Amino acid sequence: MKQYVIIGNGVAAAGCIEGIRSLDTESGITVVSEEKHEVYCRPLISYYLQGKTDLSRMLYRGEGFYEKMNCRVLFGRKAVKLLPDVKKVILDDGTELPYTDLLVAAGSSPFVPPFEGLCTVKNKYGFMTIDDALALEQGLTKDSRVLIMGAGLIGLKCAEGILDRVSEVTVCDLADRVLSSILDEECASLMQKHLEAHGMKFLLGDTAVRFEENKAYMKSGKTVDFDVLILAVGVRANAALVKDAGGDVNRGILVDSTMRTSLPHVYAAGDCAEGPDSSIGKQRVLAILPNAYFQGNTAGVNMAGGSASLDKAIPMNSIGFFGLHAMTAGTYEGELYEEKTENSIKRLFTKDGELKGFILIGCDERAGIYTSLIREKTPLSTVNFELLKNHATTAAFSSETRRKKFGGVV
Amino acid sequence: MKRVYVNEEWCLGCHLCEYNCAFANSGMPDMVLALKGKPIFPRIHIEEGEKITYAVSCRHCEDPICVKSCIAGALSKEDGVIRIDQNKCVSCFTCVLVCPYGALAPNKNGVMQKCELCLRNASGEPACVKGCPNRAIVYEERGEAV
Repeated sequence: MKQYVIIGNGVAAAGCIEGIRSLDTESGITVVSEEKHEVYCRPLISYYLQGKTDLSRMLYRGEGFYEKMNCRVLFGRKAVKLLPDVKKVILDDGTELPYTDLLVAAGSSPFVPPFEGLCTVKNKYGFMTIDDALALEQGLTKDSRVLIMGAGLIGLKCAEGILDRVSEVTVCDLADRVLSSILDEECASLMQKHLEAHGMKFLLGDTAVRFEENKAYMKSGKTVDFDVLILAVGVRANAALVKDAGGDVNRGILVDSTMRTSLPHVYAAGDCAEGPDSSIGKQRVLAILPNAYFQGNTAGVNMAGGSASLDKAIPMNSIGFFGLHAMTAGTYEGELYEEKTENSIKRLFTKDGELKGFILIGCDERAGIYTSLIREKTPLSTVNFELLKNHATTAAFSSETRRKKFGGVV
Repeated sequence: MKRVYVNEEWCLGCHLCEYNCAFANSGMPDMVLALKGKPIFPRIHIEEGEKITYAVSCRHCEDPICVKSCIAGALSKEDGVIRIDQNKCVSCFTCVLVCPYGALAPNKNGVMQKCELCLRNASGEPACVKGCPNRAIVYEERGEAV
């Protein structure tokens, strides 16, 4: 019998639980959950504010998940020390949890730069957890003027979620464009116009340098009056537990494709982990939900004595605002193939005879066929790329490949 | 487990499977009422290449990347069948981003839908198979990829 301990209770933890239980239905699993909530869909907090989901539907695996998986969950507890030599985790209330195999899936925390005068702002919120969203909901009125720091995925989804509930939403970012981590200039500009048409305001290439209660003094010299401030500047991996125990940490906890850290019997997964990104052939934190599940599940299978390896992890995002979807994957280098209309952009990037990445805005049909070409590193010489450029279709594969894909169990 | 397969050499590209699918999942008793003069949103679609047509619907993968990627926990696997809980779906399109077969697409309200083998609608068995005039689409048990 083993004794599994999981630090964290997000999607990586759920993936780990399901991975363990696919092989080991007997051994005990203890989950240490800082948040006092059952595992929920973190990216849905903006949809909650938008009225598109509710707390019950946001439960990732529905009611009764832990009972079904035979797990013990310690809600409201935090792991403060890892002792890998004696295979124990110490919690904030002094509890010692012995483990045979440990997963650290501690997620990430908002990074808040030391803005001058930030402490004078009364109504300020982060936007990472359901409790953040519930607190923000309480702080909003239909007359609120909201300033959001950060035009990335979190800041903009938050902006979309609250736009119809408040008087005004202004988003600022030091970057010169929206969604700068996933969109190039022209694609960002198309998305920004769409967001502006729905009423969002932007201050780009600009950031607050000082706050005085309800006023932000910007780098550009402008001032912004606001009632509610939302901080969505960025996140940092929660890697301290492993780092303090002597494990290898870079931007995140370093893991190989089996999710093993440098410490024996310690695994890491999700936003706190830095694993192989096959699109660049290097380690990288891929803080996206699918990757959290893939990594957690891989770790779980291995913790239970199986052999799983995550070899095809790549950055990929599907993010929509008011009906316009942007899908991105891989890296944007190499030769560019492009199609544009007034409301859509398709950009495919090829290099070394492979599809390396894409940006699709407003033209997402069957995009997974493109994604699979990147993940599988399919040589474009084996497909009809002329047909594929035009639209994502499996008809571009050879009849032999199609027979494999569609003729049997996959 | 029985799945839907297409023999592409027999597919005529007539698109009848798309209509039968849309009707079977419409919940309406009459095909004319259900489909006439309306855009249809079938869960199977005909792919057309050079000199080839074939129908594509969910493969019900052994290791379903859509289920693992769904940010809303709306996709699940029950008895081998990949199902979507449309009540949980928030239309983020992540499943569209990852499905290698292009087997998920939104319904008329923008909510994702996919083939669930007609096991829970009035057809009771895959309507695309039942209505295929050339028996190009079949519902049968097959082993590993041939």
